[in-house]
Amino acid sequence: MNAGHLPILQVALPLIAAPLCVLLRRPAFAWAFTTLVSWALLAMSILLLIRVMADGVISYRLGGWAPPFGIEYRLDAVNCFVILVISAVAAVVTPYMRQSVAREITAPRHNLFYGVYLLALTGLLGIAATGDAFNIYVFMEISSLASYVLIGLGSSRRARAAAFQYLIMGTIGATFLLIGIGLLYMMTGTLNLADLSLRVAEVPDMRPIYAAFAFITIGVLIKLALFPLHIWLPNAYTHAPSAVSAFLAASATKVGAYVLLRFVFTLFGPEFSFERMPLMEILMPLSLIAILVGSGVAIFQHDLKRLFAYSSIGQIGYIALGISFASTSGLTGAIVHIFNHAMMKGGIFLALGCMMYRTGSVELSALHGLGRRMPFTMAALIIGGLGLVGVPLTSGFVSKWYLVQAALEADLWPVALLILLGSLVALIYVGRVIEAAYFRPPPPGAPAVREAPWQMLIPTWILLAASLYFGVHTDITVSVAERGAEMLLGLPA
Amino acid sequence: MDILTHFNYWAAIALATIGLYAVVARHNLIKKLIGLSLFQTAVFLLFITIGKVTGGTAPILDAAYSLYSNPLPHVLILTAIVVSVSTLAVGLALAIAIKRDYGTVEEDEIHDADSAAGTGGEE
Repeated sequence: MNAGHLPILQVALPLIAAPLCVLLRRPAFAWAFTTLVSWALLAMSILLLIRVMADGVISYRLGGWAPPFGIEYRLDAVNCFVILVISAVAAVVTPYMRQSVAREITAPRHNLFYGVYLLALTGLLGIAATGDAFNIYVFMEISSLASYVLIGLGSSRRARAAAFQYLIMGTIGATFLLIGIGLLYMMTGTLNLADLSLRVAEVPDMRPIYAAFAFITIGVLIKLALFPLHIWLPNAYTHAPSAVSAFLAASATKVGAYVLLRFVFTLFGPEFSFERMPLMEILMPLSLIAILVGSGVAIFQHDLKRLFAYSSIGQIGYIALGISFASTSGLTGAIVHIFNHAMMKGGIFLALGCMMYRTGSVELSALHGLGRRMPFTMAALIIGGLGLVGVPLTSGFVSKWYLVQAALEADLWPVALLILLGSLVALIYVGRVIEAAYFRPPPPGAPAVREAPWQMLIPTWILLAASLYFGVHTDITVSVAERGAEMLLGLPA
Repeated sequence: MDILTHFNYWAAIALATIGLYAVVARHNLIKKLIGLSLFQTAVFLLFITIGKVTGGTAPILDAAYSLYSNPLPHVLILTAIVVSVSTLAVGLALAIAIKRDYGTVEEDEIHDADSAAGTGGEE
């Protein structure tokens, strides 16, 4: 295989695999094929990251047309890292899907499910890889349309209503992005992100650029599910099949955060976004509210998937908060948290899938006594939960460390206090889970429950072991994130 | 003044606002989808307007024409139309599934049915 074509293969492989997968009628074949594809993607993304860290930015010309006229795939430390996160999550979640999907999706056509899943993967990888503004819109719609279908496949009828709600909001967000891209094209005559970043500064009349900035930011914030544009998220994550919740929670919002970083820093530039436009004044209060309200609402949930969906809204707040500092440590914290939260929340939703598989419920009351009966699943859930709190030795601690540091650097000690307060609130909802799992006796007459099958436990533990590993060995994730942060801020690497 | 010379832009803004209003204000899922399509189509109009060059022809490679409209927005919008049609298709498919499961496509009735079922509902 010619390594020079890796950037496009990364996107083309799942795109071609999706229709092929539909041809495989036996669910086991479709699953095995999808697993192979996801492992191949992981291998490619590791190769790409190694090359980018060694040689710097890779620019790939689609069809040999030179940028800015042709479409360019531009890979640097930031998007290689995002691609690695997505493909790593996919490579772990796909093996898990076989049993979980067989149990939770009643429709007989599992090959269609895997086909749509591969399309979602294509879209997410495409957003991360491309260096073309319109391409971002198209890939965003590919991944979104596929995720509406995946969410709608949930067993409860509320899954369909949640998918419809997400479709409406997601389409409004994507169309806002399209308006913004149109305004940018009108003023600059280019769609290439690198070219745009040079020309935006030269535009004589800035008013359409301001409008473009506003449309793009709002559109992306809907995808990112930042408070108050988050209302699609809790229903979608609660009612989607468990494996889909895990995959989307770990990848879709992370890609939203990446797109925000790309537009705010690479395209408009930090000077425009934070000095001429009040991005910090908007983003910072919203993220702090997201942290406190998201975590606060999570305390009162009885459905565990909904509980952790609200906790996701809080965690997205931390990512957006890191972006709003526009400093090296803030961005490092945000990028590291993209990775860490993907591992933790992916692991948590996989553990909930194990619980769903054995007990048929993810209600808090169904947890009673499970600490003894499903020890590995519950331990995984607790480790993930402690990571969300940010206990030292978990990777959640690393990201919060950088965020607090960024707040202190910016002389915003109330923000640092609020970050810590958010952790305390998270401790309450994680505490409720621990209490229910370990300190409550099983209800009398409860059916005997066995530990989840190892094919599901291993993927769950891989994600959470990764979150523990990168909580102690921080140098790998932090060095990539720091390099990405410096590049986004335009500092010499 | 501006309204006449920039008629297309005003039309796009008006259509987008009407579409967005329908999405927010209507409770019928099908009407919401109609509003969404209207909103997207208004953006297509905006793009096509951007590409228009006054006095230009269609972009045909011929010695007789030298002034022609910018074809790139047209190409972009062809793609965006495909996206919009797919969105509408998925949306309608979901509406059919909702009608099958709930027996209604009215949003408030769906909410009522959910809170009546009481399966961990909020809102």
